[in-house]
Amino acid sequence: MIDVNALIGPYPFRYLPHPDPDVLVRVLEREGLRGAWVGHLPSAFYRDPSAGNAQLYTALAPHASTLRPVPTIRPDWPHWERALRAAVDAGAPAVRAYPTLWEMGPHDARMRELVVACGAARLAVLLTVRFEDLRQRHPLDRAGDLTAAAVRDLARAGQGVRLVVTAAGRDMIEEVHWGLTPDERQRVLWDISWIWGPPEDHLAKLFRAIGAERFVYGTQWPLRLTQAPRANLALLPEDVAGATLGDPDRLFV
Amino acid sequence: MTPATPAAPLAGPAPLIDAHAHFLHAHAGRADWEAVNAARFRAGERIGVTYHVASILGSFGFTSPTYFPSPRDVTAGNDAMRAIAAAHPDRVRMYVTVNPNDTAHAVDEIGRGVAAGAVGIKLAASRRASDPLLDPICEAAARHGLPILHHIWQHRTREWPSQEISDGLDLAELARRHPTVRFILAHIGGGGDYMHTLPAIADVPNILADLSGSGVDRGMLDEAILRLGAERLVWGSDVTMETGLAKLMGFEAIRLTADDAARIRYGNALRIFPPGSFPGIDAPLSRRAPVAG
Repeated sequence: MIDVNALIGPYPFRYLPHPDPDVLVRVLEREGLRGAWVGHLPSAFYRDPSAGNAQLYTALAPHASTLRPVPTIRPDWPHWERALRAAVDAGAPAVRAYPTLWEMGPHDARMRELVVACGAARLAVLLTVRFEDLRQRHPLDRAGDLTAAAVRDLARAGQGVRLVVTAAGRDMIEEVHWGLTPDERQRVLWDISWIWGPPEDHLAKLFRAIGAERFVYGTQWPLRLTQAPRANLALLPEDVAGATLGDPDRLFV
Repeated sequence: MTPATPAAPLAGPAPLIDAHAHFLHAHAGRADWEAVNAARFRAGERIGVTYHVASILGSFGFTSPTYFPSPRDVTAGNDAMRAIAAAHPDRVRMYVTVNPNDTAHAVDEIGRGVAAGAVGIKLAASRRASDPLLDPICEAAARHGLPILHHIWQHRTREWPSQEISDGLDLAELARRHPTVRFILAHIGGGGDYMHTLPAIADVPNILADLSGSGVDRGMLDEAILRLGAERLVWGSDVTMETGLAKLMGFEAIRLTADDAARIRYGNALRIFPPGSFPGIDAPLSRRAPVAG
């Protein structure tokens, strides 16, 4: 199993203990994970993420067998297509995009263009619903959570689109899933980093209703404890315990 | 046929007291209330929870607001909680929930709760923690030797709907007025900025903090231990037991000593709840009187 939702680098609104690739490698080993898709956290907040992507590629190079880069691409920036080509050349499995941080609404044509282009290049687009709970955010952190409407719009953008949506909760997942056609639903995977376990058992209810194969393992390290998704899976009720999650490496198979 | 061996507790075999749990009941407006309660027991067994110390907040919004429960709902909720504790004497203990706005009712309800075996008082968010209306509740807590678990919004920066929020500074003000009462500041992972809470209560020794809440920020445990010390933290799950388990798993990653882990898991709860509340659990070794020779 791999962690699709890992990051390196500092966060602007609070201190993170050692958010470094060598530490991540040790954490993955401790957690029994064979690798991770890794983004560069500061790039989410850079106006131009190019320098952050360069840092990401350099930082992950010594750990290429375990950590795969997921660069950030901003589709309202000149020549973003070059960044996409660089991502392909670097062997990235996906790119990250943060439409709410870039003040792009749920029907922004530039985001649709990005996800279609990524699909054509056989790269997924990794979306982040939130980095932190709404109630603890810094006063300057005003972008708000990614909306279900935005995800639905992107999932409908084209046949080849593949989305990995991270840090969503049950309500949003259900709203998106049942708001798409069966074909469109196959274009969206969800990470389990923010889904509640018992006693409400949201994860179990989603596995039963939507299917465990629509979900992938994600931790949101270094922002959150990597133990959380492991604990959540370990506490699943008997009827869904041991369910096989989706394989992010087979998104385009 | 040999009976199947129960799986080892995920959080290890040492005692574990959940100082912040809730149960639902038939008048909470949810058809699945029994399933949710059963899920808490199921997950509790899997984690290794020895005792759930739990409350019911009125009707949880069905006939009066969760954080502003009517006297009738307070009583009905406490009755339901008492029935659950009575049905599971080996694993459930009860907080008596009160709304301080109905002060006389609240004080009566505490007396009724104590008679029914309540081991603590639960205050939701019906009145700001620093308000004088909470004084009679605290005086009742002192009389009966009960700790108070107080719902907290970590760092109160503005009003939010559905609750009269209190933060660490508000609770600190109340706790300084009642130095003989033990307070449990609810769910440092339950929303708001815990980084503000920890220094806000650091020099008020009669406040402990519970670790519950859906938040599992890296650095939260380290910071809580650094600012308050393990002797002022209690474990809890509130409404997300998987994050409670994750924090227990995290103890190892942050290299918490066995003694400190024992304090958080159950030692501090043994100290602040009335004596005899948790039969079968002994104090951690380091808290016992030294043995001569």
